[in-house]
Amino acid sequence: MTGPRPYLRPAKTAWWAHPPYLAYTLREATGVAVAGYALVLLAGLINLASGEEAYDAWLNFLKSPWSLALHLLFLIAMIGHVWTWFQIMPKTMPRLVIGGRVLPQNWITAAGLAVAMAAFVIILLVAEWMQP
Amino acid sequence: MPPDAAAGAASREIAIGVLRYRCETDQRPVWQAYRVPFTDDMSVLQGLQYIKDRLDGTLSFRWSCRMAICGSCGMMIGAVPKLACMTFLRDYHPGPLTVEPLEHFPIERDLVVTLSGFIKKLESIYPYLIPSTQRRLDEGEYLQTPSQLARYETFSDCINCMLCYAACPQFGENPDFIGPGAMALLQRYNGDSRDAARAKRMELVHTDNGAWSCTAVGYCSEVCPKQVDPANAVNQNKTKSALDFFVRFLGQPAHSRTGASDGGPP
Repeated sequence: MTGPRPYLRPAKTAWWAHPPYLAYTLREATGVAVAGYALVLLAGLINLASGEEAYDAWLNFLKSPWSLALHLLFLIAMIGHVWTWFQIMPKTMPRLVIGGRVLPQNWITAAGLAVAMAAFVIILLVAEWMQP
Repeated sequence: MPPDAAAGAASREIAIGVLRYRCETDQRPVWQAYRVPFTDDMSVLQGLQYIKDRLDGTLSFRWSCRMAICGSCGMMIGAVPKLACMTFLRDYHPGPLTVEPLEHFPIERDLVVTLSGFIKKLESIYPYLIPSTQRRLDEGEYLQTPSQLARYETFSDCINCMLCYAACPQFGENPDFIGPGAMALLQRYNGDSRDAARAKRMELVHTDNGAWSCTAVGYCSEVCPKQVDPANAVNQNKTKSALDFFVRFLGQPAHSRTGASDGGPP
């Protein structure tokens, strides 16, 4: 046989499960936890609408060890989600040029994380202040 | 230093496994092992040159400048897309070091991959300045401030080595994805204040094979040897593509917006 005979290697299956893509996969998976927490809140809202008994049952569920473990998992995933969110943010923006220089991407990440942390603290303070 | 001189001073040896594909005889790529004496200043490219000159003249690979500017010697080194000329054997001693052709591309022979798909993509993005009005020679240059240059400058540093394509799992799944390298070049022109063909290039960005094939893995920017940051080029175009989608409902067609909107008026 003469002439070129290019060989295309078969595509790797489950590339997302191996380095160097594993960090990306975990990052995307934190989104599932965020959606999971939204479902918990939605369940609370539905129970609130269906009356006091249902709402109390939901509150009791929140106090159960299973729920506490689940919320610890949600918290860890959420911190990871926020962290990686602001790492990616500068990639989704046009270059910011200030005084003829491009604003370094890690400054944008740092600013985003600072705002997120400030919001976290403010929400905690407000929640503390609103407690009966 | 030529490989022969290097071998004379070499005190250490490294095992290198090269994925060979001789299209006239091999049904599929096969590994071949070599032992290469090396000095601390020898690159992987010099290791391959040693193999070709001293051990096995049939080994094929592309190279030219030896100093990370021509973009010819991109290959998978230790399963990571790298330029062979800016990767050093000392970092992999005692081996075995694996050298493969770039991931996701058809192999022509040994470490040589098919370039035509990538070249077609580069051609498709109108890779030249298209000003809104042609200036006569006596009207002088198209002027640009340093700030306007800074908006796209790193995107013009691309050397077309295709490491970003080898790093991109979405290109692996969809070979028609325009990909990080071509998208960086696209942004190099769309971000240029002297250019007015943004709308033409955005037609490519809007498609399934444009920016929307990307899932923001970001590995392309990590492996880029010139800090072009192609992930930034692709992902900022998702934002722009989404904006164009909504702007067209406002009466003013997005097409009337030009490259100058990225860089501001000169």
